[in-house]
Amino acid sequence: MTELNLLKIPSENEYLNCIRCGLCLAVCPTYREYLDETASPRGRVALARKGLEGELELSSNLIEQMYACFACMACNDACPVGIHPADLAIEMRFVQEQIKPAAWKEKLFGGLIGRPAKMELATLPLRIYEAIGLRKLVYALAIRRLFSSQLRDMEAMLPHQPTRPLRQVLPLETKAVGETRYRVGFFLGCAQSLMFSEESAATVRVLARNGCTIITPKETVCCGMPAAGYGRQDLVEKHAKQNIALFEKVDVDTIITDCATCGSKLKEYGEILAHVPDWAERSAAFSTKVQDISQFLMSIPLEKPTGRIDARVTYHDPCHLKRAQGIWKEPRNLLKMIAGLEFIEMPESDWCCGSAGSQLITHYETSTRVMDRKVENIRSTRAEIVSSGCPGCQMQIASGIRRNNLAIEVVHPVQLLDRAYHNLEGDEWKKD
Amino acid sequence: MEKRLIAEFSEIVTTKGVLYSPEELAVYSYDGTFEEHRPDLVILPQSTEQVQKVVKIAARERIPVVTRGMASGLTAASVPFNGGIALSMTRMNKILEIDTNNAIAHVEAGVITADLQAAVEKQNLFYPPDPSSIRHSTIGGNIACNAGGPRCLKYGVTGDYVLGLTAVLADGQVIKTGGKVIKDVVGYDLTALLTGSEGTLAIITEALLRLIAKPKYQRTALVEFRDLNDAAQTVNQILAAGIVPATLELIDQTAISCIEAAMHLGLPLDMEAVLLIECDGSDLETVQREIDQIEVICQSCGADKVSIAKDENERTQLWKARRSVSPALARMSPNKLGEDITVPREAIPEAIRRLKKLSSEMDLPIVIFGHAGDGNLHPNILFDKRDPQQWARVEQTVAAEFQIALDLGGTLSGEHGVGILKRPYIQNALGKVSIDLQKGIKKTFDPLNILNPGKIFPDD
Repeated sequence: MTELNLLKIPSENEYLNCIRCGLCLAVCPTYREYLDETASPRGRVALARKGLEGELELSSNLIEQMYACFACMACNDACPVGIHPADLAIEMRFVQEQIKPAAWKEKLFGGLIGRPAKMELATLPLRIYEAIGLRKLVYALAIRRLFSSQLRDMEAMLPHQPTRPLRQVLPLETKAVGETRYRVGFFLGCAQSLMFSEESAATVRVLARNGCTIITPKETVCCGMPAAGYGRQDLVEKHAKQNIALFEKVDVDTIITDCATCGSKLKEYGEILAHVPDWAERSAAFSTKVQDISQFLMSIPLEKPTGRIDARVTYHDPCHLKRAQGIWKEPRNLLKMIAGLEFIEMPESDWCCGSAGSQLITHYETSTRVMDRKVENIRSTRAEIVSSGCPGCQMQIASGIRRNNLAIEVVHPVQLLDRAYHNLEGDEWKKD
Repeated sequence: MEKRLIAEFSEIVTTKGVLYSPEELAVYSYDGTFEEHRPDLVILPQSTEQVQKVVKIAARERIPVVTRGMASGLTAASVPFNGGIALSMTRMNKILEIDTNNAIAHVEAGVITADLQAAVEKQNLFYPPDPSSIRHSTIGGNIACNAGGPRCLKYGVTGDYVLGLTAVLADGQVIKTGGKVIKDVVGYDLTALLTGSEGTLAIITEALLRLIAKPKYQRTALVEFRDLNDAAQTVNQILAAGIVPATLELIDQTAISCIEAAMHLGLPLDMEAVLLIECDGSDLETVQREIDQIEVICQSCGADKVSIAKDENERTQLWKARRSVSPALARMSPNKLGEDITVPREAIPEAIRRLKKLSSEMDLPIVIFGHAGDGNLHPNILFDKRDPQQWARVEQTVAAEFQIALDLGGTLSGEHGVGILKRPYIQNALGKVSIDLQKGIKKTFDPLNILNPGKIFPDD
């Protein structure tokens, strides 16, 4: 295993300190589904250690156990010794990519995802599918029934597709309604622009209404989370540098994102580049400016909406928001500002939804099992709307809801605020 | 393991219930200790019948069967040192019945203890045993080790709640012991014999558990002492006053600073010890009166400060702190070795004095915490295993700790069990007559020696 010396490998403190107490088993979504040590954080730490120490080969099966982790970070929080099994699993993926790089990852994360225009082109068929009415037809004629269950669940993940990506629609500068009290940058995430453009449009409207002039740089690239998830930590650094340099050109004190995943990655840039010459200070300065939309809105004198939303609403904590950023009160407080809205907590609100980026595609069985647990918890609240500020969670939950034949709407908290602002006549918001 | 056997086992539990890749075997090689040995096969059965069939083949082929739950044990009892089958009961996790009329739960062995507690509490019932591992240990494992926990002081240990068991014997026969009756004196008490037998006599697959009414009220106090001896004396004063708190936990200074480093709860760092005391019951006035009385006793015994948890949130925080002591100690030094010696409660102050003396004599830090109310202490030696000289001293220290317990009329283990780690000391504790008799019992149950071989008793 001499070649390991040349690689960037996890520090031994990350696995040697594991005392094997087993606390992490209780909180791990994959362990709780399979009740098999192989699918547990403690098991993954043991495998990482044995792989790095040479007791086991870094086999494809060993690495697969690292990919089976949903990186929900519940184990990181539970570990009394302070090690981070979920982070270790991600680092092990990087070890594998350094030894045996997969060419498709270079193309996907280095080429496609790093270039917004290419991403827009690649997702064009989805917009056409929606725009020409094909999607409606698929549902009307029940063609979905002919799909395999996995394809059906994946199709159900897709939100209503925008006619055009938001990146092409949003101006570089959106003026505040009235006097400009804050100049903020907006980091428009890929999923937000391509899939959830209505949400980010709502984010910009809500910000402008609350005295923000919003600068949305168009050349932002992926935050880096997908590349990190697939073991390409090196590309994350590349993406990070591009995004930092871009925002250095605009004069803003705050950089806002309405995507929990982007937010958690952007806030990590300072740590990721801390040891890179010339970038330590710049990355730290960038990361301290980043705020989740709910975090920012609850920190300013926010206009209280006068419109009503008469609906029972529950909230799902995205892992990337609650555990990665420590934000869980803000979105709840935001929802509770809305008149008529009946807020109800779901059981296990911070239990992973099973999305973890692309687990529904790569680990279908596990992903749907975790998803069904989440949907059952949502169903038990009898809520009409489930709210969550993460596109990954939203797609997953929407798919789970359709899979369980329920009619519950999935929205971003900021969309509900936006609706409440626009229901000024006290007109009850109705589902379309 | 041979392919034909893997195929045979797969027919019983399906291919999803049989694991044998190097990675899977590796993660079934350990428990909550640092001991390791790989099994040759992992089997995850889903019914008593499947266990029966598996054991029949194992007996035919003379393959060791080492039963385990979530492997949080602290004696390496579930580490398969002779290879063979690691039989994981985690997928037998159904709560079969909660009989509210008789206040009895019928569960499969793999039910997670905290899940059972939550389920019965919804029916206003209560399953008291609360090992620190409630969320990551199973009922089957708790029974096999006769697990304890803080609440044992008032409510007793796991064994006090086991009314009956379904178990698979070493030849594959099924035995049912006890039943839904509170009193039962027909024949030997096999339920009690299997409880705490660490998988060496039979494989427990189901249990009937006694439940009690859920106490409605709790009052929890954190009491700070400048002198560890005062804290130890206080424990006896409270009990002598006729008060039986649900829990009476002692945590010493080193342990306090570990918790504080991990959790930032604002615990006092300049105190030699704290007591965590909880009273519970169904009558608020009584519970309040007890905690008030305890406050007075603590102050007369030299307590520096008594703080009573104001709400459920504060109470939860205190318990979270207590539960994290053992793992949090791992932050302090590369290795730790925790025991669970138990002495008559009158001897607690003396036991603590001797442990402190031992610590300075051996030049090894010993952290002391535990269930002081029932005399069950957890002295934890902190050390670095990479230093061979230290390791030699650790082994001597452990032996001396056990001797302290025995000299004071106590025993080696209150709740962890023997497993492999306490094997060398058991003869000294029990004597040859008892050991020979127990080995005879083992031989009667398991003549082929396939059920968790090599555990509890030293080799002949």
